[in-house]
Amino acid sequence: MIRNTKVKAMTGGYAMAEALRQVHPDVMAVYPITPQTPIIETYARMKAGGEVTTEIVQAESEHSAMSATVGASASGARAVTATSSQGLLYMTEILPIASGLRLPIVMCVSSRSLSAPLNIHGEHGDVMVARNLGWVQIFSQNVQEAYDNVIISTKLAETMDIPVMPIMDGFHVSHTTERIEVCTDREVRRFIGTRSAKKTLLNLSDPVTFGPVALQNSYFEFKIDQEKEFENVKKEYKKICAEYEKISGRKYGMFESYRLNDAKYAIVMMGATVGTAKEAIDLLRAKGEKVGLLNMRLYRPFPYEEVGEELAHIRKIAVLDRVMSFGAYPPLYQDVVSSMQHAASRKYEIASYIYGLGGRDTTQSHIKKVFKDLEEGEISEKIKYSK
Amino acid sequence: MNKILTDKLAPGHATCAGCGIPAIVRTVLGAMDEPVIVSNATGCLEVTTTIYPNTSWKVPYIHSAFGNAAATAAGIDAAQKALEKRGKLKKKAKIVAFGGDGGTYDIGLQALSGALERGHDFLYVCYDNEGYMNTGGQRSGATPYGADTETEPAGDLAFGKTRQRKDLMEIVKAHGISYLAEANVAYLQDLKKKAKKALGTSGPSFLLVLQPCTNLWKFPTSQYVNVGKLATETNFWPLYEIENGNYVINYVPRERKPIEEFLKTQGRFKHLFAEKNKKIIAAIQRTVDDNWKKLQKKVSDI
Repeated sequence: MIRNTKVKAMTGGYAMAEALRQVHPDVMAVYPITPQTPIIETYARMKAGGEVTTEIVQAESEHSAMSATVGASASGARAVTATSSQGLLYMTEILPIASGLRLPIVMCVSSRSLSAPLNIHGEHGDVMVARNLGWVQIFSQNVQEAYDNVIISTKLAETMDIPVMPIMDGFHVSHTTERIEVCTDREVRRFIGTRSAKKTLLNLSDPVTFGPVALQNSYFEFKIDQEKEFENVKKEYKKICAEYEKISGRKYGMFESYRLNDAKYAIVMMGATVGTAKEAIDLLRAKGEKVGLLNMRLYRPFPYEEVGEELAHIRKIAVLDRVMSFGAYPPLYQDVVSSMQHAASRKYEIASYIYGLGGRDTTQSHIKKVFKDLEEGEISEKIKYSK
Repeated sequence: MNKILTDKLAPGHATCAGCGIPAIVRTVLGAMDEPVIVSNATGCLEVTTTIYPNTSWKVPYIHSAFGNAAATAAGIDAAQKALEKRGKLKKKAKIVAFGGDGGTYDIGLQALSGALERGHDFLYVCYDNEGYMNTGGQRSGATPYGADTETEPAGDLAFGKTRQRKDLMEIVKAHGISYLAEANVAYLQDLKKKAKKALGTSGPSFLLVLQPCTNLWKFPTSQYVNVGKLATETNFWPLYEIENGNYVINYVPRERKPIEEFLKTQGRFKHLFAEKNKKIIAAIQRTVDDNWKKLQKKVSDI
């Protein structure tokens, strides 16, 4: 099949801006923070050059950027924002409001560590704070996925009326130049269509009260309804990925299994370091070691049953989390352990590793060491630091 | 109730008996014929008008959080501009944001400042009841010197709030917006006139409206208009406007009443009338007179 794609070289930040240009939101409300700024700077240049007509709100804080995005989205506009790290945390108050109001906002995240001490580099500390607030979270392992995930996120958000965060690791993806394929504007625009909101602030003949008070007799039901819809995201995400494959030729799913079929030992992880892990696996496989990887893409809602089934044949698993989780097992580890309960007639050995904090490089030797631990049975209930 | 009055905010709401907030909202929104969209900060107005499954709002309304009424309004403004530009919206509605003093002087000040600086097309109305009344009467940046509040109470060793209130009008004025005014729920005709001007302004405009709180200023529910009037008759709360940088005082009391006339109507100042606190009342009087002189000077300087 000949596809209408163009091959280009770009960074993750530029790729997300390029996808946003094609998505062409009505409103973008933003505030600068490293390593997100390449997205909004690129987009601002696109506007200055007449490529987009988006109304850009240069907010005075991330709190206001997210608030303005909420106001615009509730008005029926296609509204987007972007952030990182402390900025995402500064928005946190408004994140459950965006999801509670069922607003299909897309927020591009260039994920970064949290202060103190200050560190501007890649890590999942920021997005993990927001993991249970009713936002869909989709991780990208490289620039191609960062681009594709913005387009998939837009379609998913507007189909479900649920906000979505496409996430890329700060610097490792956001500032790394890679070869990617981009779809044509026409294809992207036909794929996502236009937003048609059911209720908006601008519909003056049908005035709606957004964000009422719901007391003991109704709040609980609101939240149950929200969770029911949120669970439906998985089905819709799969459907949208299949549709996207038709225009892009790239196949996506809730997770990616890499050399997992006959593996005895597996790593579960997500984000930029997946590429390094795949290379390490290839080298180990060449030596005859039965190792594989499960790369999470759709992190929220988490596909517990599917992950449990996918890993059911593996006895020794290491889960690598790029976040510190004080006083608790880290989040992806907890999710994988919960997944294994779905298929748990056997005893699983699941090790927890924390890696790559504050942008620390995780190399193939780190990955090989994890597999060595698994193979040699060095599995304890203690969290290990792959530093 | 008058149908025109309740055209945008229905009579069924849950504000306290003797609360002036609905009168402020109705007067401001009643000052225009065009359609309006309301953005509301968390606070008394929001919790008393939107208890699910009911709503008192007959116009499009959004409440998001405490400190972001102005930023939410900014988003609505951006959406209207974008959709109009793209041919998806025929006529833009007016946008009015309402916040109490907590949501405006304090937690929402930065969002307000940003929205004013960016020049969004909206009116921000602060109903100022001089404290966090929805949460039970804690002190805010708007609480006046000497007032007894739950978080800075009067006692044997304390006379209540030890700091002066922020001068929010000057803070807002510093953004160079073309119209802002200080009004008082006890003077609805004056408020209406100001709302009309504010809504006729292109870009941001601002109204600061005194709202005497029967519950936590502690006066009988029948008295909010009288207490509000005394605030202005004593020059504690002058009525004035700043149009394109020019100050105009809208009401000069024939004879400035002593500040005690205002203070004695309210339980929150009761402790000031104890012998040991007489000097506090004298200090309040000096501040009121100084501020009035400064305001007059701003008028004559033009």
